[in-house]
This record gives sequence, C-alpha cells and structure tokens, in this order.
Amino acid sequence: MPAALINVPKKAKRGDVVEIKALMSHIMETGYRRTAAGDLVPRDIITSFTCRYNGAEIFRADFFPAIAANPFISFFTVAKESGKKEFEWIGDRGFSETASASITVE
Amino acid sequence: MKTVRAIALAALVTAALPARAGEIPPGERRSGFSFMAPDTKAMQDDDTANPGMLWVLDGETLWNKRQGAADKSCADCHEDAHESMRGVAARYPAFDKELRRPVDLEQRINLERVRRQQAEPLAFESRDLLALTAFVAEQSRGIAISAGSDPKLAPFIAKGRELFMQRQGQLNLACSSCHDDNWDKRLAGSAITQAHPTGYPLYRLEWQSLGSLQRRLRGCIFGVRAQPYEFGAPELVELELYLMTRAKGMPIETPAVRP
Repeated sequence: MPAALINVPKKAKRGDVVEIKALMSHIMETGYRRTAAGDLVPRDIITSFTCRYNGAEIFRADFFPAIAANPFISFFTVAKESGKKEFEWIGDRGFSETASASITVE
Repeated sequence: MKTVRAIALAALVTAALPARAGEIPPGERRSGFSFMAPDTKAMQDDDTANPGMLWVLDGETLWNKRQGAADKSCADCHEDAHESMRGVAARYPAFDKELRRPVDLEQRINLERVRRQQAEPLAFESRDLLALTAFVAEQSRGIAISAGSDPKLAPFIAKGRELFMQRQGQLNLACSSCHDDNWDKRLAGSAITQAHPTGYPLYRLEWQSLGSLQRRLRGCIFGVRAQPYEFGAPELVELELYLMTRAKGMPIETPAVRP
C-alpha cells in the first residue's frame, strides 16, 4: 500500500517562491544487508523522483542506497501559472507511483 | 593507587546519583517531544512531513476493508472512526472481561479481528497492525491520557510499577534508574527523557519505521542486557499500563516522531 503525502500551497501570487514537499512510503532496502543465513537481501529502492508543472519537468532527483526509508523531498519553485503539479517515483522491482496536486496562481 | 582512584570515582558517582532520585512530580513532567531538536519537532508537527502519517493513511484504508469469515470491516460496526474512536487510545491499555487482564490497543484490534471479523490476528509490528493502531490512536490526538481509571486495573498497575522499579539485566538497572532519577541527563549524547508513552505507535528515525510501545520497551530491556519479554507478554502490557497512568493527563501525540 504505497502512500504519498504531498504539500503544495493551494494558492499563490504570481512570481511567489513556493515550497513543495513530497513524502513517499518506501522501505529503501540498500542491497548491502544480509540475512541471518548470510544471503544478500536484494536491493529495493526508489531510483528516481520527478515533478512536472503543467507538463514541464521542474525537478528531478536520482536516489541511491544511502537515502533513508520513506524519502522526504522538499524543493522550491516559482508560481508562474495555475495548474497541476505531477509527481512520479520510479524504483526497483517495478515500483512506480504517481501523485498530483493543483495550485491556483492569482 | 588505581584502587584508590576507582573507589574515589565510585564514591563520586554514587554521590552524584541521588540528586534527582524519586518519582517525577506532576508539574515537572515533560513529553519526549520537548527534548527533541527543532528539526525533529517540525517534522512531527507537519502532517505532510511526518512519516507516521503514511501509516495513518494505510490504517484508514484498512479500517474500511472487509476482512475474515464474517466479511465485515471495522467501519461496518464502528462507522466513522473520527467520531467513534475519538479518545479511545487515551484509555488503553484497558481491562478485557473475557481474558480478565488488561490488553493494549494492538491486542484489542487483534481481539476484535478474531471475535468479530473471524479473521487471523495480525502479527505484532506488522505494517497492517501498526497502521490500524496508528489510525485509531490518531483520533485521540490532543486528548488527555486517562488510562488506568478502571478499579479492576489496580493490581496490574501495581505490577507494572514494580517492574519499572525493579533492577534487572547485566547492567543491573531499573527503568526508574534512568527515567525517574536521571531524565535530565544525557546518555551517549542522547537525551534520556522521562519515558512518557504519549505518541505511540511512533516513527523513530533510528528504526526508519513506525513502531509500538512494546518494541520500545523490548529495546530498553535489551539495552540493560536483560532478556526481553515476548511481544504480547502480560509483563509488557503491565509496564505499558503503568507508564500510561504515570503520564495521566498528558495529551496524546500519535503519530509522534522521535530520534
């Protein structure tokens, strides 16, 4: 049951710098740990996070095994126009999740 | 010379310890929250940054999901949890008439699963059990803890208190040695804190996950190099119950964040 928590301001003035926060549920297994029997626990991490603002990519991050479980990303963008922000997380074992939030720019 | 120095050191340590001995007066009680760094406090306070909310969301989904041979969901009987579960976590652990002993919130959820949903109980610390518990407990956020007011619980509270005061393990420490007597000091750079269970299940950064109060208690017992009780053991529930009565009146913070 992967769940995402997104925080995008509902309203902003044109030209405002707004903070975007995105929290995704994920175990982020590093691939370096071993079981009691000595077998390697296979890597299971999110490898990429993207944010699109009305279709245009405004933020992208690549993740590696050192990233904590349930990664929390916070970044800033300029509120240019009303519209939709779409978030996408892609990872190992076919992990793919999306979320979206709307912003009204006055 | 070495022996003299060791004796002097031991005398110094013993002299320093009783400075704060004894139980914490109600006016001096502090939630673990107040010991945290500003960044960690901000993480707990912002529902979109608090990872515990991920479990709460999952719990809400599970609340409405039909389970077991009875094909019933929690919501089929309890309806809107925001109404029906408000204040419930503040009263737990509570007395179960059939078992004739206190059960904590996780055990109550599992008992309801078995008795009403006719489903298998969920494993302790499984994601589903933590999620349901977090969702139910979150409905009591801000409500004052009132557990232990049922007179039938008195002998169990007394047992829990005894366990809290009892020295154990290779380090020969009681819970009270740290959490009553030395809560204002630090242990290896970390605040010791007063051990008030106001925010369980909570997200520990060290665990990188949500975890129950029983998990926390087992961690502490392991830390003093004693043999931890199994999950669900009556001793752990008695300790939980004593801790909740000790924190009576403090507000529930679930899902809390702790380092």
